[in-house]
Amino acid sequence: MTDTSLAPPRKGDTTLGHIAYVLRGNPVTLLAFAMLAFFVGCALFGPALVPYDPLATDAPRALEPPSRDHWFGTDSLGRDVFSRVIVATRLDLTISVAAVAISFMLGSVLGSIAGYWGGWIDAVLNRLLDTIMAFPLFVLAMGVVAALGNTVENIIIATAIINIPFYARLVRAEVNIRRYAGFAQAAKLAGNSDLRVLAVHIFPNALPPMMVQVSLNLGWAILNAAGLSFIGLGVRPPTPEWGIMVAEGANYIVSGEWWLALFPGLWLMLAVFTFNLLGDGLRDIVDPRKRT
Amino acid sequence: MARARMILGRVAQALPVVAGVVVISFLLTRALPGDPAAYFAGPAADAASIAEVREALGLDKPLIQQFFLYLGDLARGDLGQAISTGQPVAADLAARLPASLELTLVALVLSCAIAIPLGILAATRPGTWVDHLCRVLVTAGVSMPTFFTGIVLIYVFYYLAGWAPSPLGRLDFIYLSPPHVTGFYLIDAALAGDWFTWLGALKQLILPAATLALFTLAPIARMTRAAMLTALSSDFIRTARAAGLGRGKVLYAYAFRNALLPVVTTLGMVFSFTLGANVLVEKVFAWPGIGSYAVEALVVSDYAAVQGFVLAMALLFVALNLVIDIAYALIDPRIGVS
Amino acid sequence: MAPSSRRDFLKLTGGTIGAAMLPFLKALPAHAATGDTLVVVTGQTINSLDLHRTGTNRASYQVAVNAYDRLVSFGTKPAPGGGLSYDYSVIVPELAESWEISDDGMTMTFTLNPEATFWDGRKVTAEDVKWSFDRAVSVGGFPTVQMKAGGLERPDQFAAVDESTFVITLDRPSKLTLPDLAVPVPFIINAEVAKAHATEADPWAMEYLHTTPAGSGAYKVAAWQQGQQLVYERNDAWTGGPLPAFSRVILREVPSPATRRALIERGDVQMSFDIPNKDAAELDAKEGVEVYSTPIENCIHCLCPNTKFEPFQDANVRKALAHAIPYEAIFQTAAYGRGAPMWGGEAEITDTAWPRKSPYMTDMAKAKELMAASGHAGGFEVPLSISLDLADWMEPTALLMQEAFAEIGIKTQIEKIPGANWRTAALVDKRLPLHLENFGGWLNTPDYYFFWAYKHGHLFNSSNYLNNEVETLVDETLHMSMEAPEYAPKIKRLFEIAFEDLPRIPLWQPALNVAMNGASDYEFWFHRQLDVRPLTSASV
Repeated sequence: MTDTSLAPPRKGDTTLGHIAYVLRGNPVTLLAFAMLAFFVGCALFGPALVPYDPLATDAPRALEPPSRDHWFGTDSLGRDVFSRVIVATRLDLTISVAAVAISFMLGSVLGSIAGYWGGWIDAVLNRLLDTIMAFPLFVLAMGVVAALGNTVENIIIATAIINIPFYARLVRAEVNIRRYAGFAQAAKLAGNSDLRVLAVHIFPNALPPMMVQVSLNLGWAILNAAGLSFIGLGVRPPTPEWGIMVAEGANYIVSGEWWLALFPGLWLMLAVFTFNLLGDGLRDIVDPRKRT
Repeated sequence: MARARMILGRVAQALPVVAGVVVISFLLTRALPGDPAAYFAGPAADAASIAEVREALGLDKPLIQQFFLYLGDLARGDLGQAISTGQPVAADLAARLPASLELTLVALVLSCAIAIPLGILAATRPGTWVDHLCRVLVTAGVSMPTFFTGIVLIYVFYYLAGWAPSPLGRLDFIYLSPPHVTGFYLIDAALAGDWFTWLGALKQLILPAATLALFTLAPIARMTRAAMLTALSSDFIRTARAAGLGRGKVLYAYAFRNALLPVVTTLGMVFSFTLGANVLVEKVFAWPGIGSYAVEALVVSDYAAVQGFVLAMALLFVALNLVIDIAYALIDPRIGVS
Repeated sequence: MAPSSRRDFLKLTGGTIGAAMLPFLKALPAHAATGDTLVVVTGQTINSLDLHRTGTNRASYQVAVNAYDRLVSFGTKPAPGGGLSYDYSVIVPELAESWEISDDGMTMTFTLNPEATFWDGRKVTAEDVKWSFDRAVSVGGFPTVQMKAGGLERPDQFAAVDESTFVITLDRPSKLTLPDLAVPVPFIINAEVAKAHATEADPWAMEYLHTTPAGSGAYKVAAWQQGQQLVYERNDAWTGGPLPAFSRVILREVPSPATRRALIERGDVQMSFDIPNKDAAELDAKEGVEVYSTPIENCIHCLCPNTKFEPFQDANVRKALAHAIPYEAIFQTAAYGRGAPMWGGEAEITDTAWPRKSPYMTDMAKAKELMAASGHAGGFEVPLSISLDLADWMEPTALLMQEAFAEIGIKTQIEKIPGANWRTAALVDKRLPLHLENFGGWLNTPDYYFFWAYKHGHLFNSSNYLNNEVETLVDETLHMSMEAPEYAPKIKRLFEIAFEDLPRIPLWQPALNVAMNGASDYEFWFHRQLDVRPLTSASV
């Protein structure tokens, strides 16, 4: 998605070739990409493929351990845990991707402005970001969700708000060091507007470190939503969501119904794990310096 | 002197942050839905008694007046009264902050003891299976929700195996808490020479600290690895190697010492983040810290308690950053005059 | 010492303290060494030691019960579902030795027990009683409201005639007055200690008594660490009843239900108070742990359709809801069969028992028929609101209802509302169109329930129900003696209207669950808090 904004590739196959090169060089990244493909697949096709309606209750078959009928067992209302885990993929990925996309965009814009023009805008913005950072972030997210109401949109907004400072600071730092760099001055002298120099020549340099941040935050966003669910501020029931399922299932571990927390927990962990591992690979792929 | 000016400037920069936190936390708590007066008036209250409670809490005044009253109280060092616990917020925080700090610090020490060697190990063998394994291990730790890890640890080590003590907070009920000096049970018990209680407090700490440590392995290990790689590839290391210095000496005396600075910075970040994020762990282990306090207060819209908590955390964060920055300025001659 | 053997350890230290144990002595609470310490875990937190204070939560009421005395108390009877229960029909002495009620029912004269002393050794006097009652009716908020329910409204109603004679003058006779003196609110405070700590700004010593009880009760508060634990120590000079068996009771707050369950199952604590229905059902089936599930008197879990919401003004729609609810499935999955069903009762009302089963039962065909006959045959959408604090039973209930209501064309979205907001939205503003509710009355009479839950504008009438006949009937029966000949017919009429109009659709009567592992003689109380006084050790 970001490839177009980079310096145009010199040969037609450079991009793909480069990705293949990066993947060959790092088996862990390869694994991460394979797992990402799996999760994206679940998100796209999961709801069509699952054996049961994730919302359909079946009270007489409540709390059954994993079996041939119910691979991951059933929950306290007799709903199929496997179907719920798979169907939840779409929502969880949506929450994390949307939250990170918002903070990525807002953070980039704010950071670029502050870093490029500097001065009082920079000073004010910095203090504002410091203020957000000074909040205990999880409690800030809780407060935002509690104040706005616990809907999917508000969980996304809360997660985005607490992530913005990370992006804005990163971009500001990268832009700031490069605003007087030779290539930026040259582009400016060649008649490009400030905006164009900033967007096309300077900003792409901030992408590699941001990619690491993006992948870490994707995972973190899921954990954050799970934490909110544990407190009781998560997505509304009966919508399946990993965090809620783990949070509710956690209370059943001691009574022996381990499958309720284990399978959603495993899925959640694998998804976060995938995003976390993806970071280094993504950085290698988008790093302009590694492309030449 | 440039350095003193820099430190003063840094302190001046921190002031608007604190002011911002005060304003935002005030507005955020007032934006919370629900009517604390109705909640605290009790189960059978009628409209008149709710109005009485509202007046007693000062919530009948206009928002702007409430804000200035709050500022006035703050200026006198009064954080207000937490209605949900019935104590002054300052007393609540003073009682609970040491519990959270002790847990977080023990968790970080544990985490460093594992993560730094792992990071060095990975840095000395970049790109090998050792490196990849380290990365996978620490990433797995950070991928689990802490409340889930906590409950699994309780289930396995307390319920099934019976190795861990009952997860009943800071001390099991057969112990008396040590005489209050610092509020840190490990320190207080040691000061009192009461090693039996000291051991009891340590036992209670192990599971929650391990839960938090698992979560903080990744940033520390990764930063150690990155900083070590940078240090190892720098010129002075090459020179040291060329001069025939031993491998161990190069690694620890030169490379690690130089890598320490970014690692310490990361630790500072991880510390303040963990202190705010151990809310969930505290809940699982019945730990009487400030995280669980904040959650309870937020759910019942206890304004003073939430504001006090946020302010305390923000001050801690600002102070920590100041200390790190100033330490940098004092240690590193390259920073400070730019 | 393995944690699993802690109970044995405490027991062992009971008489056989030997040289080997000496190093531990320093760490043990002084009284654990005598082997009669009880450890209780609970998920609730105690936020004040003074019930009269604004903001004191429910869990704190137990301090008023255990550390203070009232003039009178309720008797004891076997509870339905095992164990013991308080007995609403028997009033027994606590601080009062005897009492007389004048023939017109307007004057009550109490004679105090001459043996009764406060913890500081001073004799309990009528002046102390007067000061305590004045305080309860003056401080506002919940205590004042509860006093008012028994006709106790102003300080001039209370008089200390001499040292041991206390007189209450009523505005009108009421059957609720004497029972209202046995609820936790009118507890007797050591007025001299309190007055010594009162200030001009704080004439009722709210600040002092908040952290330092001063009473005459069976237990003193030895330590209170807010959010962690409360330690009771027996008052050996107590005269209000038989001396309690445990000399020390430690109450630990453990928020995670999973952790509490692990603790009680392993026997590391002797009692877990107010456990989830699921744990109650499962622990009941296990060896070693004893579970008491007592149906809570005068309490019903209900579905409330709000008459402010247009479709619910149609009686057919309300009846359709009542026929669509999958009662049995809800009772089994949300309550795990703990408590008493409140559906499928007889159509004809022959007695005044309350709570009672409604005549409705799950009948989808009938529900569809009623919907078709209503003005909303095409169905409608409505949010179904539940409280976050009570999600334990409300969430599964709401989920099963959601499915069933969809079948009769009523589409619901489940809305979870946080604790602070719940009271405002559901009870004060009464703006939730469809929601779950669980009012329970402390005073165990049907008229008291109807007073709070069916009278227009009253707090728990969250359906905005208004029926003029109900208004009159409740006013007439509230203070009337239950033996009066016109009482029963009027109450039966109330029941008929309630089931016909259905502003509250009864689901089930909930149970209070308590698990014990090493203790016995638990007694259920209407206030749903732990009375530690009657508890004994189960060990032989």
